[in-house]
Amino acid sequence: MSVALIRLAALAGVALIASTAEARDLTIVSFGGAYQDAQREVYFAPFTEATGAAVTEDSYNGGIGVLRARAEGPPSWDVVQVETDELILGCEEGVLVPLDWSVLGEDNFLPSAVHECGVGTIVWATVMGYDADRFPDDPPSTWADFFDVEAYPGMRGLRRGPRGALEFALMADGVPVGEVYEVLATEDGIDQAFAKLDTIKDNLILWEAGAQPPQLLAAGDVVMTSAYNGRITAANENEGRNFVIPWEAGFVYAVDYWTIMANSDQQEAAMDFILFASDPDQQKLLPPHIPYGPTHVDAAGLVDPDVLPNIPTAPQNLPTGLFFDEDFWVDRYESLNERFSAWAAQ
Amino acid sequence: MQATATAAGGLGSSKAERTALKKALRRTERRRQLWAFGLTLPLLAFLLAVFVVPILGMLKLSVENSELARTMPEAAEALRAWEGGGVPLEPVVATFAHDLRAARDARALSPVAQRLNNAHAGDRSLIQGTARRLPDAPDGSWTATLAEIDAEWGEPRIWWSLKRAAEPWTDLYLLQSLDLQRDIDNEIVATPSERALYRNVLARTLWISLAVTVLCFVIGYPLAYKLSTLPPRLANPLMILVLLPFWTSLLVRSAAWIVVLQREGPINETLLWLGILAEPVQLVFNRAGVLIAMTHIMLPFMVLPLVSVMKSIPKSHMQAAIGLGAPPLTAFSRVFLPQTRPGIGAGCLLVFIISIGYYITPALVGGTADQMISYFVAFFTLQTVNWGMAAALGSILLVAVLALYFVYARLVGIDRLKLG
Repeated sequence: MSVALIRLAALAGVALIASTAEARDLTIVSFGGAYQDAQREVYFAPFTEATGAAVTEDSYNGGIGVLRARAEGPPSWDVVQVETDELILGCEEGVLVPLDWSVLGEDNFLPSAVHECGVGTIVWATVMGYDADRFPDDPPSTWADFFDVEAYPGMRGLRRGPRGALEFALMADGVPVGEVYEVLATEDGIDQAFAKLDTIKDNLILWEAGAQPPQLLAAGDVVMTSAYNGRITAANENEGRNFVIPWEAGFVYAVDYWTIMANSDQQEAAMDFILFASDPDQQKLLPPHIPYGPTHVDAAGLVDPDVLPNIPTAPQNLPTGLFFDEDFWVDRYESLNERFSAWAAQ
Repeated sequence: MQATATAAGGLGSSKAERTALKKALRRTERRRQLWAFGLTLPLLAFLLAVFVVPILGMLKLSVENSELARTMPEAAEALRAWEGGGVPLEPVVATFAHDLRAARDARALSPVAQRLNNAHAGDRSLIQGTARRLPDAPDGSWTATLAEIDAEWGEPRIWWSLKRAAEPWTDLYLLQSLDLQRDIDNEIVATPSERALYRNVLARTLWISLAVTVLCFVIGYPLAYKLSTLPPRLANPLMILVLLPFWTSLLVRSAAWIVVLQREGPINETLLWLGILAEPVQLVFNRAGVLIAMTHIMLPFMVLPLVSVMKSIPKSHMQAAIGLGAPPLTAFSRVFLPQTRPGIGAGCLLVFIISIGYYITPALVGGTADQMISYFVAFFTLQTVNWGMAAALGSILLVAVLALYFVYARLVGIDRLKLG
């Protein structure tokens, strides 16, 4: 029933597009909002200027279901930006095609940006953030500080659910960044993470949407919180806040990828665009608009030094970063979420 | 028309005529009924399409188990025929390996991997990883080849999981929704306590809904009484104030409560300024926040039926009771209150049933221990695309609501409801 409905809706949508545009332009799909506005300026418009190829844009909120529906219909989307879980499932299911890495060059990109069906375009991070105005001296600088409610009294914020929370708990417990997932793969490691979370359970506020952490910090609901790095920088720039990201404490980063839909009839043009958008001279222009890190190894060195400290892939920040292991989470998200919810309710 | 005329003029007519008359009357009657029924057909078709069919679809999804049989038909048949226990013999393993390779090459393996992962975390990687490394021909036997790729294939557990996934239907999701699971001997046992969640969530959902209903009643009853007795000149603007929340987005209202209730928000600031509190209290991201915000949002559903019922009670009843010597409280409890019962019943039922499916308000103003069942339905549909669990939780909620409805109908009587 639901699948039939989705197909029908997809068909209707495609029919609509087909009737309005006879010859289809290269259609690039991203996540909309301020991010896509920046991409338009840095990638889409310059690509048209450089090649003469017109670009049509679309946006979506992510989700493998949308990609599946699009893949079953006639060609409509060509280049799509995806998060790691969609990349893994989409590649396994044949919704996305393998990229030609001989042209892209594996060595040109961060290891986490290289995948059979996708090339990373931005790196975003879940970081610790605090309001410097509330810590005039001796601000927190490690995740151990985050879990130390005696030295740093007050409420803490973490994203609701096990993703991130377990990684940070282990970092606070002294597990080196590089071994976090090794420890987490064992039952003992999971017990260890939950035992650490127990220590701040009474001081914990769990947030749901990315807009919440800066608001919680500003309102004094929490003294420190996990947050998406872009939101912290945006609050400082747009609202004049004095929030700080202690990158040296360790952070978890994820990569968003460019991919090509398997049913696209413009495979070549799609690859041309991906090559264009993966060029370090193009990638370096994005961070001044929005603090996401470039994935090309040469790009970080070209980024405006004023904004460099705000991005996860800056040379001084990257060493303490942990690549979010989506393969681990696709397997264990449900069972660990059950455990997390049961833990929270106890 | 003709039949009526005959009836009027033929009082002493023969038996045959009377039968003909009856027949004609019945026919007219039947035609009228058919016509009336025909008028409701569009509505019935609508209900069928948007209500009955989706619910049946949901119930079916909660027990559906077709992934393996669809993608790997021969392996599924072989596994069904296998009697279980230990690791199956080589022919079954070989059929499985063959189908696994075919599914991999067709890039059709994902649903199977996900189905197995639903029952046992980690099986998705096991299936996908094995498929990636599967050779075209076995190195010796397929049993040995698989065990070499991953030692897990030498364990009875994975084969038992596969056998369960090969059945046409499964109780996996319904059991999991009740914190139960099957062990390797196919016995139903309790989920390990650190993962047991859903009974607690169901109880919490019912408890929050009940608390919101009681709060709405306590606040709404006096309010409705006042609204029903005021002259229209005053009652109408007040009524608009009650209805105002209806005209604002649910999301905005929930977010507004966060602002009002936060630590440095107006309520805490005022209480601190008045000296009632020494330090700010946590009013949001916990149960208190959920109850406050939901009560506010649900209040109109309680007030509207109450006002309409109260308006229909003549003032003279209370005056007569007091005139006959009843003290005001007695007059209220024995004359007024019983007459508002249909409104109370309707208001409480409305608030309770709508509350039970609430999602966005608890998600925003509640803590993790305040999430209701719909939060988990959304989690499974939107985040992990596990339709089986989403449908099973939905089905259990449906059964719980139906059970409550019948209890209610028994205790209060459903014919006594009055919605407005």
